[in-house]
Formats: sequence, C-alpha cells, structure tokens
Amino acid sequence: RTSLDLFANVIHCQSLRGVETRHRGVDILLVRENTEGEYSSLEHEVGPAPPVTPVTPVTHWEPPPTPLSPPNPTGHDHQWEGDGLFLQCCREVAAEYPEITFQNMIVDNTTMQLVSRPQQFDVMVMPNLYGNIVSNVCAGLVGGPGLVPGANYGHDYAVFETATRNTGKSIANRNVANPTAALLAACMMLDHLRLHSHASMIRQAVLASLDDPRTHTPDIGGQGTTSGAVQSILAHL
Amino acid sequence: MAALGAGRAVAAGLLRAQSLGAWRGLRVPTATLQQNPQAKSQSAKPEGTFQVTMLPGDGVGPELMHAVKEVFKAASVPVVFDEHHLSEVQNMASEEKLDQVVDSMKESKVALIGKIHTPMEYKGELASYDMRLRRKLDLFANVVHVKSLPGYKTRHNNLDLVIIREQTEGEYSSLEHESAKGVIECLKIITRAKSQRIAKFAFDFATKKGRSKVTAVHKANIMKLGDGLFLQCCEEVAELYPKIKFETMIIDNCCMQLVQNPYQFDVLVMPNLYGNIIDNLAAGLVGGAGVVPGESYSAEYAVFEMGARHPFAQAVGRNIANPTAMLLSAANMLRHLNLEFHSNLISDAVKKVIKVGKVRTADMGGYATSLDFTQAVIAALEA
Repeated sequence: RTSLDLFANVIHCQSLRGVETRHRGVDILLVRENTEGEYSSLEHEVGPAPPVTPVTPVTHWEPPPTPLSPPNPTGHDHQWEGDGLFLQCCREVAAEYPEITFQNMIVDNTTMQLVSRPQQFDVMVMPNLYGNIVSNVCAGLVGGPGLVPGANYGHDYAVFETATRNTGKSIANRNVANPTAALLAACMMLDHLRLHSHASMIRQAVLASLDDPRTHTPDIGGQGTTSGAVQSILAHL
Repeated sequence: MAALGAGRAVAAGLLRAQSLGAWRGLRVPTATLQQNPQAKSQSAKPEGTFQVTMLPGDGVGPELMHAVKEVFKAASVPVVFDEHHLSEVQNMASEEKLDQVVDSMKESKVALIGKIHTPMEYKGELASYDMRLRRKLDLFANVVHVKSLPGYKTRHNNLDLVIIREQTEGEYSSLEHESAKGVIECLKIITRAKSQRIAKFAFDFATKKGRSKVTAVHKANIMKLGDGLFLQCCEEVAELYPKIKFETMIIDNCCMQLVQNPYQFDVLVMPNLYGNIIDNLAAGLVGGAGVVPGESYSAEYAVFEMGARHPFAQAVGRNIANPTAMLLSAANMLRHLNLEFHSNLISDAVKKVIKVGKVRTADMGGYATSLDFTQAVIAALEA
C-alpha cells in the first residue's frame, strides 16, 4: 500500500435490505488514512531508560473534549488551540467546505455510539489504526465481513478489495464464503473505470439475490453455498 | 483472628434477619465486628467507619457523587469520604494537589473517583493529571465487568464479560515530539515487566472468579515487536494456568465479533488503547456509559469509578445523568471493604429499580431525572 501510495481507504457500510441485523438504517462512509500512523512499522527494543529516538511514528491524536462539539460556523477563525495534528488538519480542510457539517469525536465514544446509535454517522475520517477498528465495527453492524466492499485510492492507482481484508483461511475450500463483498468491490472498480451500466447491472443482481434468504451463506445466517449464491446472482442478471 | 471471623459470621447472620431500622441501632455496639482483619488500623475511625478518598472530577461527576452520598446516608453505610477536588479543566490541578490525593490514598487505600477530564489545549505538559495520578498510584489494571442488567433489554442480552486493560503504559505513555515540520512521532511503550504483570493479573482474576477463558487482544501482525512482546508475555503466563483456556484475537476482528457475537468472550486482556476502545464498545452493548461500573487496581490501592470514563459535560446541571454505574461501583467498593451486607443492599436496590422499569433516566429510554432515580433507589432500600 505504501509503495503504490494508496493513501485513502474508503468503505461504505450500508444496511442491506435482504440481510437481517440488529441495527437498521446504517449508512456510513468511512475514510481511513492508509499509509502512516500506527502502521509505520518502525519498532525497536531499547534498554530500561525511556528512548529519545523515535520509535513508532503515529499521527498525533490528543483526545478532544466532549463529543459532538458543534461544527465550526462559517466566518469563525481557525481554532488552533493545540489540537492534535490530525484534528488540526481536518479542521483546516473543513473550513474550506462550509456547506458540510464537521464534527469530531473521541474514538472510544465513537465505538460506543456506533453500537447504540450508528444512524447518527454519515462520513467518518480517521487515522490508520482507528480506521481499522471502526471499519470492522461498522462491518459487524451491517452483517459481517462478507458484505462490505472497500476501495483504496492513491493519486495514480486504485485497488479494490473486501473492506475488512480477511483472508478467511478457516473457511477456505469449503464453498461457504460469501461472494457479495468481492462482487460489490468489483462493481466499485467498474464504476471507477466508468463502466457504469455494467456496474449497476451487477450490483442490482447481487442485492436482488440477497433478498432471497435461501441463498444466504452461513456468515449471514443461511445455509447456502458460494456457488449457489453465484448462480442466484447470474439468474438475476 | 478466627474468633473475629466467627463473630463477623454471626453478625452477618443477625443482619440478614434484621430490618434496616434495627441495623441502624446495631451499628454502634458492633463497631468491633466491623473492624475486619483486612482493614488497616488507621482507616478505622472511632465509630468503626472506613475512610474512602473521593475525587468527584469533572462534568457530571459531582452530581453522581452526590447520589452516592445520599444512598450511603439512607443505607447507613459506615464510610466517611475524604473529598479532594482535582480538576485540570477547572484549573484546580497542581503537583501539590496530586500529592495531597496520593497521601490521602496512602491512608484510605480505597477511592471512589469521577472522570478527571483532559483538556484539549497543549499547555506544555503531555501527561494529563488523570494519567499522572494513575501512574503515581501505579494503578496498572483496569477491570470492567460488562454485565447485562436484568430487566433492561438491549440488543444483546445476558452478556457477561470482563475486560482487563493495562493502564499505565502503551499508547498513553505521553512521549510525543515533532521530529520534522509537520511530522509528529508518538511513542507506544510496551515492556515485558508490565505485560507480564497484567497477564498474571488477568489469569489470577479469571481463576479467582471461576472464569474459563482469557482472550488476549492485540495487533501483533502490524506492531510486530510491540504487541508481539505483549502477546509473548501473555502466552508465557498462560502456560502457568493450564485450567484456563487461552486465546488470542486481533483487535479489528475482536471489535467485529463483539458487535456480531459477543457471547463468545469471557475475559479479555489487552494493552491501554485497545482497552479504552473495547471498554466503551462493550459498555455500549449493555446500555452505555451510564450503567457499567469499573475499577482500577494496583498492588496497594483500589479505585472505583465508571467503566466508560466520560465527563458528560453537556449534562451538567440538567439532572439527567444516570447514577446507576456510580452506584454499582460504590457497591463494588463496599464489597472490597468487606461490607457485604451494605454492598448487596445497594446493588440489589439499584437492580430492583431497573428491573421494575418505572423510573429510568433518559439514556435508558425513560423520563426520570437523576434525583428521581436516586430517590427510587433509596425507597427500594427500605423494602
């Protein structure tokens, strides 16, 4: 990811009509910084004294105060009061988009809000590790890793995959994996290539086939197989 | 010692048979029975009361502490609070105040605290007073017992898991600097000693409470050395406890599993930041920050507080905060002080009010105020 400079990971978690979950009406777009933060892979072991040389570069995230602070109204000066660097940068950019409401929330409160009232969120942006955690929570809310597609964007390249990046080795070769996430990711790729009609056609077919619980794979509570699900999608095309 | 123990058993039997009013009369003569062997001599005041340090903190902390005091008064709990007001946002924090609190803790050994909020502004000191207090008292283990409250339906019912979080190092080491313009480096410190300590605490806790499984939560695939060390220490300690099943899980998968199937977890142990996130996530599963109590332990001290720590400043003065978590935490504190009778009295009263469901604060879907809830708990004490 760093050599292709895929700096933005975007996942769209949406409650799907045919899949029953504890939460309804979830529609969150998650944007995660993909190349730095806690994933900078700079670690070392030192002696007992606290090190002075840098170890693991992490984008600074000082916890902001109470959650859901009101958005910066237009016309206000930037508030530099020593925010974390990440938050500071977000505020700067937000100031250029006055029609979009900007809020900030501490990640611990965010996870609590996500499990009680996820409908309050629209678009979320965050550094690498929090993105990893929150994307998994959101995927869990809408039905699991088998349903959510993800995209990685850089200036020159775009890579599409399942949102939660699981290898699924425990269910490999058993014909029970859910093809939805990969297929929806492929649709995102087709949209990116501007083959919109093909993308919508496949997406409609995938979502329509999910309406039938008989073709649901075990991860969403059914007893179908991968090939069964694919046949059903082909039938809907 | 044995005679005293027997005496306590007799008193306990007596107390169960008597009503609350009679217990009030009994309190003074049975002072010696309350001085259990574990209490330090300094903490036993003349009437046989225990001293507990209280730090109301910021936000709704003072309101919740008020609720605790009211309930304690109604239940005639033999506890005297030594209050200290340490607050960074209200400019009532300094090194001397911190030392005063530590001195008070040295005497009482037990504390009940609210959230000491960390302000956003960087005033030259990276470590907040909250973190400094925890480090000074060496409160290395934070335990949050996430349990579904009977009678309060959430999306996940009958949940019962324990989250143990290392609280003094990790991502909260407060070592940050700007190495180049626009590049900040933040040090996450993981040490073998502290990781082993928290792992041992987790397994000892699991053994003592009869739990069957401990899951270590990490991100060792990415932070290979840091979380790798943590994981290694957990594995080493797990070998000493063959009766307890040990599993590991990556933090992202753990979060997803908590949302989809939290019943698979029993005890979880993890470094600082993941603990903060999972505490809050799990609290959200059973009803939010208002219903989950938490505690922090060191080798010498025990601090009782909320499970998910937020000042909730928007609720200040509006009488809407939910006292449940603080009351349950206070009940846990009484159990720690071996005041079993009072502990059960208060926690049963709180659980009864919630089960009956007539008086509930806004976060639980009701319309009651904090005071209404406190009054309801006091009324339930009499019954």
